[in-house]
Amino acid sequence: MSDSTAIANGAPEAHGITHGHGEHPSYQRHHFESVAQQADATNFAMWLFLLTEIMFFGGLFTAYLIYRNWYYPAFVAASHQLNVWWGTANTGVLISSSFTMAMGVWCAETRRKSGLVLCLVLTFLLGLVFLGIKTIEYSEKIEKHHVPGFHYSVQAFTNPASDPDTYKEYKDQPMPLDMARHTEIYFFLYFAMTGMHALHMIIGIAILGFMILKARTGAYTGGHVTFVENFGLYWHFVDIIWIFLFPLLYLISRHQ
Amino acid sequence: MSEITHQHAENHGEHEHHITPPIVYVIIFATLLVCTGLTVWASFIEMGVFNPIVALAIGVFKATLVVLFFMGVKYSTKLTKLTVGAGIFTFLVLIGMTLSDYISRAWGRW
Repeated sequence: MSDSTAIANGAPEAHGITHGHGEHPSYQRHHFESVAQQADATNFAMWLFLLTEIMFFGGLFTAYLIYRNWYYPAFVAASHQLNVWWGTANTGVLISSSFTMAMGVWCAETRRKSGLVLCLVLTFLLGLVFLGIKTIEYSEKIEKHHVPGFHYSVQAFTNPASDPDTYKEYKDQPMPLDMARHTEIYFFLYFAMTGMHALHMIIGIAILGFMILKARTGAYTGGHVTFVENFGLYWHFVDIIWIFLFPLLYLISRHQ
Repeated sequence: MSEITHQHAENHGEHEHHITPPIVYVIIFATLLVCTGLTVWASFIEMGVFNPIVALAIGVFKATLVVLFFMGVKYSTKLTKLTVGAGIFTFLVLIGMTLSDYISRAWGRW
């Protein structure tokens, strides 16, 4: 429909109490010229939000790089406390959830309602599995007193043999106390980065729950996919953060 | 009707909504899983200074795949591409400037 027709038909109604939506889909806001323009503008806005998120996490990554260079032996020994296999499993879980989310966007685009609900439910469940594995990892840190704060213990680093599970795998040398103290900075950054990432997961899972309810009513399979699409961008962004957290925290000091 | 819509879209620099076929998502998904295996395998090999470099290179490759295909930047508008590019550039400037400051200071000499 051309603009002139829209204006001609829409003008009398637009000023009335009942807003006429006959000229354009009900999900197109009046101030946009077309659905495509609205979708482009929303997509642009979502990316701007994600850029602020990149800068935010970027600060944490930069802090990690600098402290790792300063207190290198402490960071190597502290990273040996992380279980690579839990980390690998979680990477697989998160990549799978990104895949199911991408398939969800496709289902919305091709108007497959039950497919979309299934994809969103799978993404939701995989998100919960990720948080479950993270909980197992966190509880191990709590048990070993590796949470920064008053109860922090450097015993596993000043006397590695006291921590047999890690010792038999890495054979770390005992560290002097002044260097061992700096492992607390590693764990501070570990909890700050993975905790902030987990917070993003929790927010994402909450929104997914809301979306599943809406998707069941067919809200996203009637041609208006913007919400699913932009949530997908958020979910993939959270995946990208983990793609960098995993090697930096778990992997790069493994061989030492 | 569709002809008019298409013309209309072209006039305003908008683009048709691109639908990425599932097979692309499956290929990217499989590649990401293979890369995850690869990066874990590489972490067991002693490569000295190259361990973090290899790990980050694989990470950058994986992130690029996610951005281009899962997030659909490859098929998006020029505005989105420019936004993403500008964001990554600014991020690299921030990290680069901060790190160059930290490595070039005369630590402990003042």
